[in-house]
Amino acid sequence: MKEKGWKDIPLGGLILEAGSAKEYLTGTWRTFRPILDEKKCKHCLICWICCPDSSIIVEDGKMKGFRYDYCKGCGICSTECPFKAIKMVEEAKYKAEKGGEK
Amino acid sequence: MERIEAMTGDEVAAEAGRQINPDVMAAYPITPQTAIVQIFSEFVANGLVDTEMVKVESEHSAMSACVGAAAAGARAMTATSANGLALMWEIVYIAASLRLPIVMPVVNRALSGPINIHCDHSDSMGARDSGWIQLYSENCQEVYDNLIQAVRIAEDKSVLLPVMVTLDGFIISHGTERVKILEDEKVRKFIGKFNPQYPLLNIDNPVTYGPLDLYDYYFEHKRQQVEAMENARGVIKKIGKEYAQLSGRRYDLIEEFGSLDADLVVVAAGSTAGTAKGAIEELKEEGINAKLLKIRTFRPFPQDEIKQSLRKASAVAVMDRSASFGAVGGPIFLEIRSALLDEERKVPVVNYIYGLGGRNIEIEEIKKVFQDLIQIKETGKVKNLVNYLGVRE
Repeated sequence: MKEKGWKDIPLGGLILEAGSAKEYLTGTWRTFRPILDEKKCKHCLICWICCPDSSIIVEDGKMKGFRYDYCKGCGICSTECPFKAIKMVEEAKYKAEKGGEK
Repeated sequence: MERIEAMTGDEVAAEAGRQINPDVMAAYPITPQTAIVQIFSEFVANGLVDTEMVKVESEHSAMSACVGAAAAGARAMTATSANGLALMWEIVYIAASLRLPIVMPVVNRALSGPINIHCDHSDSMGARDSGWIQLYSENCQEVYDNLIQAVRIAEDKSVLLPVMVTLDGFIISHGTERVKILEDEKVRKFIGKFNPQYPLLNIDNPVTYGPLDLYDYYFEHKRQQVEAMENARGVIKKIGKEYAQLSGRRYDLIEEFGSLDADLVVVAAGSTAGTAKGAIEELKEEGINAKLLKIRTFRPFPQDEIKQSLRKASAVAVMDRSASFGAVGGPIFLEIRSALLDEERKVPVVNYIYGLGGRNIEIEEIKKVFQDLIQIKETGKVKNLVNYLGVRE
């Protein structure tokens, strides 16, 4: 998202639309990235319950991965997972290995 | 019919408040502002205004209530002095940052400590970078006129900034003077209705006030504030002219008094401008041509007008009723020197810090300042750049 200049934004930090937090991709804050080991995951959804940023993707009652646009990498999911199915990997290392792929 | 009354500065500030009839007044009493709130609360009790009076437990709450009210879409006012202004500090900045057009008389009083209740400008001068427009009043009439104009200035779409109208503690706030009061209807027509663009209480168009604003947008919002202050220069002048049509009294960013082509100039703000006028009149009788440059708006700083006014000066003395500890002189002095820096003709500018904690300043002392200026003009030499007028050695 291209950031606007001072002439093109509402005065005083006002936000004129509801639900605009969605546009703020807090995933860029992340230092550690959660990686799911699908073989270990039993879909108990404890990660979904614990995630403070609603960043666990669930479809048809199954854990399907992470919303990386919003996951801040706090690691609560990894800590709480009873099956050690979520590994926290340093974002920089991950990106280096994946060649910049998201 | 316009009325002529004998009123103190506090009384006239309350009277202006009655005519403005704000939606919300949230205030906490502090000497020498107390009478403003006390008299205004009588107006509320007697049903003379429609104002919701919020009796808060501190100035921090007073300004917080004003911020909340103004964001909700109300015309909000408060009043304070010295330590009260210091206590509301955090929210003073927030009011300006959220672009809320709150109007606040500040009865200038020395900041503690040692504790003191009398006049100096340390309180409002300390708030010079808070983003508030600052109008300094010379007398009771100007308190009244400035307050009424302040509403229009603050609410102008190209400005949207809070305004403090200062009045010297006790000297103006408790000094009775002849004041011309406009008709209520005329004032109300002049200020009009407050039309907030994004009132928080408009549930059909919900908005968020005061969200987190980090390195990605905070700077842009500060740049907007800079622009609003720039816009305020023209708006203050425009509204000054409009007010002249209403009242016969014209206001600008600065005022000049005395021999306009005189090359000896004293610069002052607040009630001392009146004292300086007395000195200039006496000097005229003694055959000395002198001029006063009165600063009405310190924020925005009227740089161009000051340059123009001082273009022919041979020696300038800037009177500061506050010290800026560790700086090379008082706040008005520093800015005037800076404004003159790129002028081709160099003029010696000296500073007089005076009147701290209510120390009296008299015509004789200002005449002495003019004598110093004559010396500087004749010798071309400045003995002391910063002088402390009236302090015991």
